[in-house]
Amino acid sequence: MKRKTLMINLAVPLMAVLFSLAVGALFILITGKNPFFVYSILFSGIFGNLYGIGQLFFYATPLIFTGLAVAFAFKAGLFNIGCEGQLYMGSLLCAWTGCVFSGLPGLLLIPVCLAAAAAGGAAWGFIPGMLKAKTGAHEVITTIMLNFIALAFTNYIVTSHFFVPGTVRTPQIAAAARLPAIAGILPGFKGSSLNFSFFIALAAALAVWYILYLSRFGYELRAMGYNPAAGEYAGVDSSKMMIVTLAVSGGISGLVGSNYVMGYKYYFEQGFSGGVGFMGIAVALLGKNHPFGIIAASLLFGGLSFGSLLVNSVVPKEILDILQAVVILSVVVGNTVFSRILLRNSATGDDKPDTQRADAIIGEQVSREGLRRK
Amino acid sequence: MAFLAVELRNITKTFPGVIANNNINLGVKDGEIHAIVGENGAGKSTLMNILYGLEHQDKGNIVIRGKKVRMENPHVAISHGIGMVHQHFMLVRRFTVAENIVLGREPRRGPFTDIRKGLEKIREISDRYGFGIPAGEITGNLPVGMLQRAEIVKVLYRGAKILILDEPTAVLTPQEVKELFLILRNLKEQGHTVIFITHKLKEVMEIADRVTVMRKGAVAGVRQTGETDESELSRMMIGRTVYLETGRKKAEKKETLLELRGVSLEDEKGVKALDNVSLELSSGEILGIAGVEGNGQNDLLEAVWGLKKTSSGKIYLMGRDITRLEPARARREGMSYIPADRQRHGLVLEYSVAFNMALGRQADRSFSHGIWKMNFTGMREKSRQMISEYNIVPGNPGAPAYSLSGGNQQKIVVAREIDRNPSVLLAAHPTRGVDIGVVEIIYKKLLEERAKGKGIILVSSELSEILALSDRILVMFSGRITGETSPDKTCEEELGMMMTGSISMQERQ
Ligand SMILES: Nc1ncnc2c1ncn2[C@@H]1O[C@H](COP(=O)(O)OP(=O)(O)O)[C@@H](O)[C@H]1O
Ligand SMILES: [Mg+2]
Repeated sequence: MKRKTLMINLAVPLMAVLFSLAVGALFILITGKNPFFVYSILFSGIFGNLYGIGQLFFYATPLIFTGLAVAFAFKAGLFNIGCEGQLYMGSLLCAWTGCVFSGLPGLLLIPVCLAAAAAGGAAWGFIPGMLKAKTGAHEVITTIMLNFIALAFTNYIVTSHFFVPGTVRTPQIAAAARLPAIAGILPGFKGSSLNFSFFIALAAALAVWYILYLSRFGYELRAMGYNPAAGEYAGVDSSKMMIVTLAVSGGISGLVGSNYVMGYKYYFEQGFSGGVGFMGIAVALLGKNHPFGIIAASLLFGGLSFGSLLVNSVVPKEILDILQAVVILSVVVGNTVFSRILLRNSATGDDKPDTQRADAIIGEQVSREGLRRK
Repeated sequence: MAFLAVELRNITKTFPGVIANNNINLGVKDGEIHAIVGENGAGKSTLMNILYGLEHQDKGNIVIRGKKVRMENPHVAISHGIGMVHQHFMLVRRFTVAENIVLGREPRRGPFTDIRKGLEKIREISDRYGFGIPAGEITGNLPVGMLQRAEIVKVLYRGAKILILDEPTAVLTPQEVKELFLILRNLKEQGHTVIFITHKLKEVMEIADRVTVMRKGAVAGVRQTGETDESELSRMMIGRTVYLETGRKKAEKKETLLELRGVSLEDEKGVKALDNVSLELSSGEILGIAGVEGNGQNDLLEAVWGLKKTSSGKIYLMGRDITRLEPARARREGMSYIPADRQRHGLVLEYSVAFNMALGRQADRSFSHGIWKMNFTGMREKSRQMISEYNIVPGNPGAPAYSLSGGNQQKIVVAREIDRNPSVLLAAHPTRGVDIGVVEIIYKKLLEERAKGKGIILVSSELSEILALSDRILVMFSGRITGETSPDKTCEEELGMMMTGSISMQERQ
């Protein structure tokens, strides 16, 4: 049983990637180009030199953070659709801290800025957690709405209060607050924006894995995600758990700021994220909500993002957006189809893939909330 | 020669690590009520799932009325007139009963569902067999017994002639069981064939024509109910004679462990679930609470446990006021709770056996070192010990809880709650859906705890259980305690009448 599940978890994403490459080839043909040629540009551009690999990791970094954030909440049965807003709040606070506390030495300023990034995101995750715990407001709605507020708020700040005139960005953070670029240490990566934040992302994945699977906190969190009623019976304070989980999830999103603000441009800029907050949902899905799966999924999606720049001169870069979308669609469909073929036990076997589990959890929450309102 | 309605030939089915069905042969005659009995994990559900096309046999054949059939999926089964009612109902709670019944087979007029035509047909089925179901009601508002009837009507609506009922009585009150049996007899009279799974031998003797006994995945024998008795069946089922004789001694009364004073509780709709309940539980005492399901027994336990907030009254545990205690605190204060619905409250099915053994006491030293570190070694050790003590199968602490049969799931909950060594144990239906061999273990454990001076509140719909274990019995009826008696002063019949409010205490005396 376990082995079959593992097989599905590996086979489905793999097949999805192959399938989407095939679909992509079709579209490339439609544009009148040779798919082999385009793909060879893609692969040699990414894997042919250290610069490409550096960019691959660089583009994967924010996706690891947001993917982890989504998965962390999901394990507790919560849907955090608000990573985008959380990462904006975190990054802005991070940039502000990096400018204002410029007097602090680097050894201190870097952790302080990281803490600020996490705190800004955590605050934006805390609000929906609180709303859900106290009023039952569904976190899907509240996190989405808070995205708009965060976007508008940060826009307002960088256009009216804290900005470099003539731009929509903040001033640069103090030199001491900046994370070292990898190219500065290993010259082979020259030109790549890869920076130390990538290792922070890997550390975050390790930490999330440890917390979810080896700590008592994670035991209680997942118990609540699987079966809220049993969690409550077992003495897990579900209100507290919701608030903490969404705050932590938001904090992880906020750490996206470490990549862009502390490691790349050294300032916060309006609209910098390019939707990585939403991509996190797809990353978590493809990565099966497992921290290590999320790293792999981030590399794939990061590679496609970077790859779209590589092939842009030959085919429209939307081709690679199509690839991304097809990967996601095939994973969703593949989960169901494959588990039906491999696990022929719809009667008792409950080792459902996460997508179906999600439905179950949504259903459960809805019915529980329905009861509470009555 | 007339064909058998159903014939299973040499069915074998293995799951990783278990042979669920080992070369099973089963013949069900047309128009009979055929019982299948066996301990939990004997392979009854698996066999029926194969017959209904939900699982697929590794070897063997299914023959329906003399014709070999490949049961690809339930659609094939339905087209051969087979219908199955599962133990866990598959109904949409927000639909009306009628909508649920026609779901997937909606009568149509043009592109629209013709619900009136559906209603007519449902009413006709309902009247013919005496179901009496309220077709227009919202499903979620109905009691369990009614949901089950809706499931049966649904199966009949789809034209089933052969009905499979998987442990239908496990969730029913004695009164509902009686009504179900009336329906089953009507079905039989009108030519239907019924396959009835249970592990209650009394029911087999009462309703079935023939019975197939399963043990450890194999058929242990087939009997005509007229030519056998409960003790023979029980021997066949578990391979030895069981004694549920509890050998109870009079316990000397000691200190009061738990006290309720005038406790009231309103449910979500504002109806009084508990109405001014007062009781005392002493050490070394088993206090039985008898009542028809839904008369406040479970609310009583949940109020004591802290899952439901009381509206008035006080609860004292060893003299301390615990009225507003959260479940987490309740555990620390020395109470344990075997909840009525093990799958909903007692277990996280996706978790392993070992993880479930820790549920609710994950903060104990045996299970974790502080909030950041689980103690996997301790957990595995503890689990191994409880697995062997309660004979839980499969004996692998890493097996996911959902892969265990219901009885073994229940053993996890009981083992865990007793192992916590509480001074007060709240036990709701501790043996529900559990076979006789396991019942024996659980009874033994409860009596051991009592002998150690623990206080136990026992809620059960099995009157024989209440009578066998209790020192004192309280009867609950619509949220109130309506009587007190003890096993040596009463009998099942009298208790039954007290529970339904047909006689009051005064009349009895
Ligand atoms: N989907 C499954 N995966 C693994 N083992 C299973 C599965 N379904 C049933 N089993 C095992 O098969 C055996 C028979 O189970 P079951 O047919 O449910 O028994 P019964 O209905 O008689 O209680 C049990 O040991 C159970 O653990
Ligand atoms: Mg069963």
